[in-house]
Amino acid sequence: MKISNIFSRKNRILLRELVVTDFKLRYQGSILGYAWSLLKPLFLFAIMYVVFGYLIRLGSIEHYSVYLLLGIVLWNFFSEATNQGMSSIISRGDLLRKINFPKYIIVLSATISALVNLLLNLVVVAVFMIVNGVVLRWSALMFPLFIIEIYIVGLGLAFLLSTLNVKYRDTSHIWEIIMQAAFYATPIIYPMSVILDRSEVVAKILIINPVAQAIQGARYSLVTKDTITVQSLFSNGWYVLIPICITFFVFVIGVFYFKHNSRYFAENI
Amino acid sequence: MKQTEYNVAIDIKNVSKSFKIPLEASNGIKQKLVNVIKGRKGYRIFTPLSNIDFNINKGDFFGIVGRNGSGKSTLLKMIAGVYAPNKGRIIVDGLLIPFIELGVGFNPELTGRENVFLNGALLGFSRKEIHTMYNDIVDFAELHDFMEERLKNYSSGMQVRLAFSIAIQAKGDILILDEVLAVGDEAFQKKCYSYFDQLKREKKTVVLVTHDMGTVERFCNKAMFLEKGSVKLIGKPHKVAAAYSRSNDESYDSSLDNQKMENRDNFEVEIFDNNGKSAKRFNHMDTMTVKLKWKHENVKNIGVAIFLDNGEYVFGPNTFQDKYNLESKNQATYQVKLNLNEGEYFIKAALMGDSDNDVIEFIEEGPHFNITKDYDFTKWGGVTKLDHEWR
Repeated sequence: MKISNIFSRKNRILLRELVVTDFKLRYQGSILGYAWSLLKPLFLFAIMYVVFGYLIRLGSIEHYSVYLLLGIVLWNFFSEATNQGMSSIISRGDLLRKINFPKYIIVLSATISALVNLLLNLVVVAVFMIVNGVVLRWSALMFPLFIIEIYIVGLGLAFLLSTLNVKYRDTSHIWEIIMQAAFYATPIIYPMSVILDRSEVVAKILIINPVAQAIQGARYSLVTKDTITVQSLFSNGWYVLIPICITFFVFVIGVFYFKHNSRYFAENI
Repeated sequence: MKQTEYNVAIDIKNVSKSFKIPLEASNGIKQKLVNVIKGRKGYRIFTPLSNIDFNINKGDFFGIVGRNGSGKSTLLKMIAGVYAPNKGRIIVDGLLIPFIELGVGFNPELTGRENVFLNGALLGFSRKEIHTMYNDIVDFAELHDFMEERLKNYSSGMQVRLAFSIAIQAKGDILILDEVLAVGDEAFQKKCYSYFDQLKREKKTVVLVTHDMGTVERFCNKAMFLEKGSVKLIGKPHKVAAAYSRSNDESYDSSLDNQKMENRDNFEVEIFDNNGKSAKRFNHMDTMTVKLKWKHENVKNIGVAIFLDNGEYVFGPNTFQDKYNLESKNQATYQVKLNLNEGEYFIKAALMGDSDNDVIEFIEEGPHFNITKDYDFTKWGGVTKLDHEWR
């Protein structure tokens, strides 16, 4: 597999068609159709806002509603990219058994679908930012970098998990449990300060997680300077290299493991 | 690289394929652990193909025949790159379009139109390209009124028609077809046949798996008979088709085959020209004399047939049909006026008892002969020139 072939004309066409199909099928038969892409994060946000904004107040953060929404939206993106990526190879088994095409396109298309969904969700976030009167700072330019970071971790994991899932169908159940734990191990519904008050070490460990680092970074860049990031926690900007290295490490491992096994997907599914 | 190798479209070198079939219907970790603990392998090795070695040249229409489970589809999938061989290698020279199944990627929830674009993308077409050929596809499939309906509302025949109409738009050098004919009605089969004719005219390389020996003999210029995962025979389609048909005959005992080969002098067929000389070349309208000698008892009926070199049947009467009483008990002469077009032909001959089914001995491929180009009806084509007049 040459790098130049990855985005050859034929592969681009196929990738596009798979993403489009995926999107068409997602809300097939529903009356509201694409509107669900916007409605789902809105309702989730409404629930979270009532629970954590009024019932259980954790910390006091400026623009807490937007802060919360952005975290949820980014986590959902990560969750969707890994889950859909993981099941993508098996669910496209019918194709794999009949024609030969680069297998990574399947995983790529699943994660790109998640990316498209994220972009729609970010429209909702943008609306809430305006409603809440969040003032954009120059740091907002950093925001896309955090999305890219989550995408790369998500894609790497999707490669790894989809390959494992072909061999062991237990993978999806195990991943479900891991994601449950990871959701609470990531500062999404609670502010980082809650952890920091109890243990600085735990806070430091938690933020080394690339997804946590990216979510906190994204909040810092878009919503409020109050956000605790790797830089503020370690008081040394270079520590940000740790989650970035983890990101690339996961990606490289995923790609190699996938590439090594993809030759035999057709017969093992 | 040798000069001749440039003509090879698909080079299959000593290829073997085996699958691990799990013994328990489980892909789980638990089963794996149980097997490790109990020291079991947990799977059995199934080898559908072993040591396959052959070439397909550019422009060949290559037929693959064999019974269910002989490894045809596995081989086809390996050529198409779906499966990777465990041993050996497969080199494909040219753009390969696989039709292991028609309508790959068809989704029942999408409309006919959307499925055209999806299936087209899998064949390598961009949206723009499909837009330009879209009307042709719909015309050919005869589905004008249905394109905006979901595929799940199509009949299976309609789905096949749509899939086939997209498939024939694909422009590759090598086409892989797996039993496409098995799914359609007669009208569909006719369309398939004319598509095959077109492929032949365009000198495309085609690999075709089929159970229909008629198709093999009609279209293929080379064929292969797979049996239990190895190559039984590669050669002229009519020979392969005959070998395959015989192997399907339950009552047929293949050991007899060898006996007959060894005792060739029990039945001899020779051809002579007008002057009584042994001959291989004839002119149009020459008379050919076929002399048959045999040492069998109870021969009641003899058949002599002429076949085209590609296995197409030209003409073949038997003495019973012609109400000719065999005078001799061990020889006969058959004379025929060769009203045939130029080309290569060969003789098949059979000795029969009382009924047609009672074949005493059969010569699958007797003497060959050529009709040389002295009479110019090649421009009309065909095999023979029939008496005709205009009024």
